[in-house]
Amino acid sequence: MLYINCPHCGMRSQNEFSYGGDASVKRPELNKEVSDQEWDDFVYNRKSLRGKHLELWQHISGCRQWIKVERDTATHEIFRTFKADEEVA
Amino acid sequence: MTQTFRIENVGLVNRDKKLSFKFNGKTYYGYEGDTLASALLANGVHLIGRSFKYHRPRGFFGAGVDEPYAIVQLFRNGETEPNIKATEQELFEGLEAKSVNCWPSVNFDIGAINNFLKIFLPAGFYYKTFMWPKSFWYRIYEPFIRKAAGLGVASTKHDNERYEHKYEYCDLLIAGSGPSGLAGAYAAAKNGAKVILAEDKPRFGGSLLTSDVNIGNQSGKDWADGIVAELKTMPNVVVKNRSQIFGYYDHNMLVMSEKVSDHLPSTKKYHPNKRLWYIRAKEVLISSGSIERPIVFGNNDTPGVMLSSAAKEYLKVYGVLVGRKPVVFTNNDSGYETAIEFKKHGVDPVILDSRKNPESEIIDEAKNLGINIKNSYVVVAAQGYKKVKSADIASISEDKKQLGKIENIQCDCICVSGFWTPTIHLASQSGNKTKFKDEIDAFVPGQSKQNEITLGAANGVFSLEETLKTSFTAGSELSKKITENDNKIAIPNVVEKKSSQHDKFWCVPLPKGKNYKRFLDFQNDVAVSDVEIALREGYRSIEHVKRYTTLGMATDQGKTSNLNGLQLVSEIENKVVPAVGHTTFRPPYTPVSIGAIVGREVGKHSKPTRKSPMHSWHEKNNAVFVDAGVWLRPRYYKRGNENLFEGSKREAKNVRMNVGVCDVTTLGKIDVKGPDAAELLNRVYTNSWLKLPVGKARYGVMLREDGIVMDDGTTTRISENHYHMTTTTAQAANVLSHLEYYLQLVWPELNVNVVSTTEQWAGAAIAGPKSRDLLQKLFPNSDVSNEGLPFMGYMEGDLFGVKARIYRISFSGELAYEVNVESDYGNFMWEKIIEVGEEFNIQPYGTEALSTLRIEMGHVAGSELDGRTIPFDNALEGLVSKKKDFIGKRSLQRSAFIAEDRQRIVGVVPLDKQTSIPEGSHLVKDDKAPLPNPKLGHISASCWSVEYDNPFSLAILKDGKNMIGQKLFAMSPLKNKVIPVEIVSSHYVDPKGERVRS
Repeated sequence: MLYINCPHCGMRSQNEFSYGGDASVKRPELNKEVSDQEWDDFVYNRKSLRGKHLELWQHISGCRQWIKVERDTATHEIFRTFKADEEVA
Repeated sequence: MTQTFRIENVGLVNRDKKLSFKFNGKTYYGYEGDTLASALLANGVHLIGRSFKYHRPRGFFGAGVDEPYAIVQLFRNGETEPNIKATEQELFEGLEAKSVNCWPSVNFDIGAINNFLKIFLPAGFYYKTFMWPKSFWYRIYEPFIRKAAGLGVASTKHDNERYEHKYEYCDLLIAGSGPSGLAGAYAAAKNGAKVILAEDKPRFGGSLLTSDVNIGNQSGKDWADGIVAELKTMPNVVVKNRSQIFGYYDHNMLVMSEKVSDHLPSTKKYHPNKRLWYIRAKEVLISSGSIERPIVFGNNDTPGVMLSSAAKEYLKVYGVLVGRKPVVFTNNDSGYETAIEFKKHGVDPVILDSRKNPESEIIDEAKNLGINIKNSYVVVAAQGYKKVKSADIASISEDKKQLGKIENIQCDCICVSGFWTPTIHLASQSGNKTKFKDEIDAFVPGQSKQNEITLGAANGVFSLEETLKTSFTAGSELSKKITENDNKIAIPNVVEKKSSQHDKFWCVPLPKGKNYKRFLDFQNDVAVSDVEIALREGYRSIEHVKRYTTLGMATDQGKTSNLNGLQLVSEIENKVVPAVGHTTFRPPYTPVSIGAIVGREVGKHSKPTRKSPMHSWHEKNNAVFVDAGVWLRPRYYKRGNENLFEGSKREAKNVRMNVGVCDVTTLGKIDVKGPDAAELLNRVYTNSWLKLPVGKARYGVMLREDGIVMDDGTTTRISENHYHMTTTTAQAANVLSHLEYYLQLVWPELNVNVVSTTEQWAGAAIAGPKSRDLLQKLFPNSDVSNEGLPFMGYMEGDLFGVKARIYRISFSGELAYEVNVESDYGNFMWEKIIEVGEEFNIQPYGTEALSTLRIEMGHVAGSELDGRTIPFDNALEGLVSKKKDFIGKRSLQRSAFIAEDRQRIVGVVPLDKQTSIPEGSHLVKDDKAPLPNPKLGHISASCWSVEYDNPFSLAILKDGKNMIGQKLFAMSPLKNKVIPVEIVSSHYVDPKGERVRS
């Protein structure tokens, strides 16, 4: 079970969180013309990569904040975690 | 004649407490502190079961967790449990156990004929033989194999035992209480670290219980007892016996199974049977020791052949002799230690040592005791069927290829030692890449991956002095990092006998003309010849060899067989063992009860049960409840002998004719507050929200980004910046997360706060033509006329002194209101409604009537909003704004979503107006068409229309828009029904929606 450092609450076990997918996906702006390809990339297409992955988790049984977690999908190592509005360098 | 193999004044069992137990129906006696295995051996019972494939007689091979044979079916306190190792099961008064995998009895087993057919049962036999004809598998082969195979029978009864889960955090977790674990725990505890010390056996001390060593001028066992006693007094230390750490998971999470009650005749009141510990440790010290490995020789599975360390343990811990004429067959000094113990207790062993000229202190001691030692000698084969009677022995050449003349010596047991295999399971599970250590012919942990360190025998270190030194140091260093204390502990002096190098010898060659089975894996009957076949047939990867031959599989997971299997493969392949590699170690290290894994989350405890504040009223008024997600809701209120159909019909009819009241507390409620609340709603819902005035409600549909309907409900503008959103019962939690996602990540610029208020409000829906009259009496000071409170209007009112919110919304399609009060007043509100409503013939109605009312109105619910439909499919496209953007709008342009013949909701009526259509039925054009019959749609919800008094269903139907008036068939193969139906409008009752506005 992963041990995730919630930037708001501290170290918490995985069973307090729910997974939210790839954090690098940006929603196209509202009212903007979007091509089929762009929209498909936003809704469906994911890299499913092996290695370092920036992903979203929600601390659903804690502070209910969505956070960003930088995790290795192969080893489960967690490198860094960020608040929702924190820029990931 | 009882316990004839028990010797006086030896061992740790409690001789003052005699216990009786039954094995295969016969009564025996043992002592408190025995295992089932030691008690049986004390009584001279060596035959305990039959082997898995050939049904060969099976005895005891080990004395603990490594035991491959001695698996029994246990009976305890009226329950039965399979797959119990007799070597681990502690004896209690009245214990009952039976052999497994034998029929009709362990002494006369019909399956043993397989032993004579063994030439026909080589590796892969089942794969090759039972392939054809295909249809035979289910009818003939599988039932036959299932009857013959098996390691016991699972109980089919409900398990009345209780199992607990516990979450724990510590600085240092120590797996194993041998010298290494005790030293590490002690040093860390002295530094003030929070320590958990876990031992899988009932007794602490590990190898110190049986070894002849001295620590700090006392015996190893006394030293261990002293340390444990002190640790138990320290508040920062948890010491647990009967507790197996079986899994090492991510981020230093380890799981431990504590057997709380297995050693007792029955579980004490309020105690669990087992307790599963989830332990998050900062550091882990793995001191899991090592397991002796066998040397492979002919018929080495005969009862009476066992590990020399096991023989020593039975003697020193339990005071039991495993034989009176032992042969000790060894390639290292450990066998001598066992022989010395035999000799000290008046038994004359013979030692066969594969080495030519070994010299060490231990060997000198054996010589001085006058033990008969034969060097360069091996056991070629054990003789005897149900018990060892003699051993064929021979000298062996230096290259270990040639056997000398075979001699036969009488013996009643053969104690075998092929050196030691470190128990690296936990380290390997942690992600540690293991490495092969040539000096010991075995794998040891390599570079640590998580915060784990492996010490002592588990790390391939067999010197007690070094083990203690490294473990004290590690315990002290690891804890110092955490507590910043540095209490120096003097490392005690150690007296141990030096041993000599072991012989890299693991398998005795077959003598000319003999075809003995030489077993590698005793649990699965995998012999040397089976692995040879697998390699001959082209299996190369050790993982494939394992699966083809079953080497190292099943409940013991090859604890005694894996390394010898690797040796064999590497020898045949002409590789070195590390090049062959080992199979993956996966948790659990030992079998874990399913009950322990499940814990207390069984039945109703698997999820919390949520009840509305009016629940007790429902109970008192004969409500029949139904599970609605985690909620319990009244399905109908039973009157007399009414069944569900009759009761719900009566309730629904009363709503259409008079007035009914329904508990709608379970609806999800979310408070949406802030200056940008309207903007958020406008983006979340498909329709427009910017112009909704205060005091008005609006129905909205929200989509996922892929265009599929996520949820629907009404949202009311309570005040300028305050909205009250309702969701369906099932989607309440998801919708909240959905809103939080957009507010926190996508549009953080929106100044809005959302919070769940589901539990804060109790809700009652009052529906029916007389609902306004009732409402007026409930709120005499409010103007609830059609003008004062129009359809989709909202007002606050005073319900006999209680503040209430009144929404004029309708799910039933009737003139209807929903009244909310704070939860604590829910019951008060409900009782008032019932009391005041009496003159209007009010009746409470349950979910079944609620469904009936919405279905015949064509209102969609969860069965239509099933994660596969878009607004158009539900005839909700009128709510989809063309002007503004919203979540999921772009997806609605997808070609499938705008197809001319897109599926759409319709009504369905059986032609005979009598036959109810099962939900889930498929709609087809031709009921006689060959399978697979092309499906046009499915029935999503069915009811008995109280308006028309005939069955009515909703369906999602392909090209539904153009199908009205068509005749189709509703087919339900599950219910074996074919019903001719007509497609009608989904708005079966009041299609213009006049009633809700009246």
